[in-house]
Amino acid sequence: MNNDRQSDPQSGAIRIEDLPIEQIDVSQHRLFETAEVLPVFARLRREAPVHYCPKSQFGPYWSITRHEDIMRVDTDPVTFSSAIQNGGVSIDDRLMRATKGDFRFEGFIAKDPPAHGRYRKAVQPIVSAESLQNLRSLIQERTDRILDELPVGEQFDWVERVSVKLTTMMMATLFDVPLADAPKLAYWSDITGAIEGADGFVSYEHRTEQLMKCLDYFSALFKERAAAPPKFDLISMLAHDPDTCNLQPMDFLGQVLLLIVGSNDTTRNSMSASINCLNLFPDEFRKMWADPGLIDAMVKEVVRWQTPIAHQRRTAVKDVVMRDQTIRAGDKVVMWYYSGNRDETVFPNPDRVRFDRANINHHLSFGFGIHRCMGMRVAELQLRILWQAILERFEAIELVAAPKRIRSISRNGYKEMMVRVTPRSARTRQ
Amino acid sequence: MPIIVYIEPDGTTHNIEVPVGWSVMEGAKGAAVRGIDADCGGNCACGTCHVYVDAKWTEQLPRGDDMEAAILESTSDVQPTSRLSCQIKVTEQLDGLTVRVPLVVR
Repeated sequence: MNNDRQSDPQSGAIRIEDLPIEQIDVSQHRLFETAEVLPVFARLRREAPVHYCPKSQFGPYWSITRHEDIMRVDTDPVTFSSAIQNGGVSIDDRLMRATKGDFRFEGFIAKDPPAHGRYRKAVQPIVSAESLQNLRSLIQERTDRILDELPVGEQFDWVERVSVKLTTMMMATLFDVPLADAPKLAYWSDITGAIEGADGFVSYEHRTEQLMKCLDYFSALFKERAAAPPKFDLISMLAHDPDTCNLQPMDFLGQVLLLIVGSNDTTRNSMSASINCLNLFPDEFRKMWADPGLIDAMVKEVVRWQTPIAHQRRTAVKDVVMRDQTIRAGDKVVMWYYSGNRDETVFPNPDRVRFDRANINHHLSFGFGIHRCMGMRVAELQLRILWQAILERFEAIELVAAPKRIRSISRNGYKEMMVRVTPRSARTRQ
Repeated sequence: MPIIVYIEPDGTTHNIEVPVGWSVMEGAKGAAVRGIDADCGGNCACGTCHVYVDAKWTEQLPRGDDMEAAILESTSDVQPTSRLSCQIKVTEQLDGLTVRVPLVVR
């Protein structure tokens, strides 16, 4: 599903997909804003699945665009490092590398084994089966309340009134901070995730200044929780695990930011995406009203189609040959999840949302391997509960304008989505 | 053909004939045992085929490799008897192997 093709404003009438293959640079934010990047990815998958781009605003990098090759890179953390010392997990190194006094991101997503496992294990209990069972009724209660407060018959922004509200409340719960502070967390998350040139980026200086406030806030909370008996929230878990109770400030801040970012805009964007998909694929979604058992499949397909995290980056620690291409030690390797999720050899008719795919779980949006998204069950639970509540209340949620997408090669998401809801009439209720 | 026994958290028990050479995960998928998702398709890459092997069988299985251990480190609710079922190959000697499926909250 592509929008109208536009001519490339930078080279006049030549569109990027018509350029000679060696001149293609997919790391341009504008290509993601309108989904123009999708046919470019299709071409790379066909003609140059392991593609070297020698020059970009982020320096030289390799693009890995096929599903199976992305799996290969993602599942080999020894050859393909995530460590911040090597550049971290974003195509934008400057986000990750510290210069004196600057913020450097040290969350465990950007650590290699053996350190990675020690940090992750400290907080993984937040997504245990027991924890999820405890969270479920809270998510249910909030979702019901938010949807019951929506205006009927007038336009409103789904992003602000549903996606942001529900996910910021979830974040506040996972950290056990007052709901009134949740917007602060969302703000810190948004500025951490934004890379140069993308929406939300202000400046490196501004980011450092704001994130030092984040550090102060969470350091105070950490002291409190360390002095109290252990309980079921992320700060208490960090405070009581022997591997994470004595971290240097930048290391501590990195874990906090990772957990905030992980629980924030990704789920937010999936919630918004589900409404976009409802309007793009109405026949498919209509099946859910008749058979709510399809909600599970819908959640998986929306997450595949949307691919909230468009790429993750690795650094080769030794020379490695992939599809006759030699990736050198030190080279930047970008796994384009957005491309792998539209790989037609894995997902026939990949641009369509289809609830009947046999391999519906096989999407790349949560990654694979040791870094696979720790929060995936919480994300899916929120989406599932949201849609159970939607099906009970509404027979339609219509877009009244084209959604406004975020301009970013790392985040596939929405800044605004104006909709109007139609409640289920008495005769269509069960 | 060997029979593998899969027990869901609510006690629902499946006794499934699984051909020699298949993985315990493949046997579960074929029989739609709930809670074994195998998102990565059996490539030791996701942790969603996680099972608890019944105590009397744990010593009879070949040990898991480093890759399996690494994925289990990133998996929730892991116990000493935890294995990734995609890494257990069915043999005649494993006739009656019993595994419990962890609770997956949806």
